[in-house]
Amino acid sequence: MPSPGETVPFLDPLPGRSGITSWIFSTDHKRIGMLYLWCILAMFAVGVVIGVLMRLELIAPGRTIMGAQAYNAMFTLHGVVMVFLFVIPGIPAAFGNILLPLQIGAEDVSFPRLNIFSWWLYLTGAALAVTSLFTGGGPPDTGWTFYVPFSERTTTNVSLAVVAVFILGFSSILTGLNFITTIHRLRAPKMSWGKLPLFVWSLYATAWIQLLATPVLGVTVALVFIERLLGIGLFDPAKGGDPLLYQHLFWIYSHPAVYIMIVPAMGVISEVIPAFARKSIFGYKAIAVSSLAIAFAGSLVWAHHMFTSGMSDTAVLVFSFLTFVVAIPSAVKVFNWVATLYKGSIHLEPPLLFALGFIFLFSVGGLTGLVLGSAGTDIHVHDTYFVVAHFHYVIFGGTGFGLFAAMHFWFPKIFGRMYDRKLANASWYLLVGGFNMLYFPMFLIGLMGMPRRYYDYLPMYQTGHMISTAGSWVLVAGLVTMFWGLSKCLYGPRTVGANPWGAATLEWTLPSPPPHLTFLDPPDEVPSPYSYAGVKRDA
Amino acid sequence: MHEPHKDYLGDKFGMWLFLFTEILLFGGLFLLYAIYLHRYPAEFHQGGLELSRLFGAANTVVLITSSFTVALAISALQQGRRGLCQGLLAATIVLAGVFMVNKYFEWSAKIAHGIYPGSPELAQSGGTNIYFGLYYLMTGAHGLHVVIGAAVLAFCMLRIGQGRVTAEDFGLLENGGLYWHLVDLVWIFLFPLFYLIS
Repeated sequence: MPSPGETVPFLDPLPGRSGITSWIFSTDHKRIGMLYLWCILAMFAVGVVIGVLMRLELIAPGRTIMGAQAYNAMFTLHGVVMVFLFVIPGIPAAFGNILLPLQIGAEDVSFPRLNIFSWWLYLTGAALAVTSLFTGGGPPDTGWTFYVPFSERTTTNVSLAVVAVFILGFSSILTGLNFITTIHRLRAPKMSWGKLPLFVWSLYATAWIQLLATPVLGVTVALVFIERLLGIGLFDPAKGGDPLLYQHLFWIYSHPAVYIMIVPAMGVISEVIPAFARKSIFGYKAIAVSSLAIAFAGSLVWAHHMFTSGMSDTAVLVFSFLTFVVAIPSAVKVFNWVATLYKGSIHLEPPLLFALGFIFLFSVGGLTGLVLGSAGTDIHVHDTYFVVAHFHYVIFGGTGFGLFAAMHFWFPKIFGRMYDRKLANASWYLLVGGFNMLYFPMFLIGLMGMPRRYYDYLPMYQTGHMISTAGSWVLVAGLVTMFWGLSKCLYGPRTVGANPWGAATLEWTLPSPPPHLTFLDPPDEVPSPYSYAGVKRDA
Repeated sequence: MHEPHKDYLGDKFGMWLFLFTEILLFGGLFLLYAIYLHRYPAEFHQGGLELSRLFGAANTVVLITSSFTVALAISALQQGRRGLCQGLLAATIVLAGVFMVNKYFEWSAKIAHGIYPGSPELAQSGGTNIYFGLYYLMTGAHGLHVVIGAAVLAFCMLRIGQGRVTAEDFGLLENGGLYWHLVDLVWIFLFPLFYLIS
């Protein structure tokens, strides 16, 4: 007879083990993934509120609702919260944790206790980051990049914020370490590397970046902390140091971190598109290898953030060239997704809509990235709203929409219920419309010369800013609609079968929601993850 | 009842990945060292003359010996000689203590001579300030790792005492030993870069 763990859904308490402690001290990867999911969504809400307030300030020139210092704190917080607390842990720590072991037919990750420890580190880092707002000399006002020398001199609470980032980095490293070991050691015996779902491949590439790049960020922010404490002067020209070295060290991590953000979202898209085209993915190997290629090439492009910093022209040329190289594996993915859709039997369900939104918005972001990567044009648009528009297209349009696609794809698997598809579709139109209205004008005012990080601007930019602010309201309406459509279906009877979409990866062979204990014995048969012959829909 | 999962190779694999992150963490500091050495070769030469090679060499011997005792402790445990293993681990922790005490006297002597971050003495020359800044930073980061490594080995001793780490299941001690060797290895690079640079 199976034990209760093998039958009770993981969302429900096991006999004798209930309450909050069965969640916050759980070593079950699914529960840890859910903990992350709730945390990152809460942080997303915080980041969105700050973003909307900033947009409101910018609706008209001059002081509208806040002054310069408050605005400086706002964009710093928006960056820190969104980057370190939402986007970086977003897909890998939440959906990666829930799905990685299920997709490779493993019982759990390699180090379950380390896994919950990582979440506690994340929580500690998040708590410290929030504390830094209300203590010390006021909220940090340096921007999320903590550039020296200002970050060493400002009287605001930068020290606590960098400690928070250090701890969050540790959490990220341990998650990456856990995933790499899991993928190497715990695949089901018949799960060869060529049968790994592409989401797992993307988590694998991401985990390597987390592991290799994050320690450098750790030591860099630690140096900011030590400089503030002791004033050694490693980055201070008056004491023999060089501030440019800070920027190098910072971007050696923080550029690869951009790929920590986007590669898992690409993995989600690679799962969603074939499932709703009812067609094997086009170019499986090319997509798998391109994840690794992005991870590798993406580690060699950091100084394209520094074209105007006074680096040598040789360095500028080399980094500009390498930046263009990264575009190749990214484009390989986009072409393969589109080729998968070609002549597919397309079911336009919400996850696919969000995936298509990803492709469109990410392409805009990617192509404008080339404008920035090319040294000549970068001089013109560096530190303008063009950059702001570019990375919001990539990170929000890319990773954000990837996360929304993941939420709509795996929601029935996780909760055993279907969400309101009409609301999901409606929210998609609002989100895509509002998104473009919010960020596209930024390209234009950026080209006209509107600098980023200013709470005030010349009247010539007002039209663009007004449209953008109005777009932020449409976007928020879309977010509210989307989360309403999802959350109103959180309760009620669980009616969804094992495989509502007719997808072919292993997690769809399990009940929805999966029980506490899954794959105690590895699955006997491991079919190709994108072979839909004989796969029945079970709604 | 389902067997608890045990993956000896997986545990080792994870530990090596972790050691790699440690190397990268120090890597950032070594990178700074390399660039500043290139910029201030004369000041780094002068700075190296100020450090006591005797202290540095003594500490190098202490750390290499401690790596040896850890390696012996692992072999002892594998042969089932629990008491010997614990004695060797205790010796390692004592050697770690010797290293730290040595370091304490070395640092205090420097500070007594007015060489510390932000001191008026160092403010006179940018290159010298950077050399000693890196000296305190890197040996400090290393010292922190010595303390952590000693704590890890103490934890291994505890687990051996409890019978949780045994001749059949010695992965934890091996991983603790690997960490200790890393601490040793970092010092092997720090010693010539700061003490023998002149």
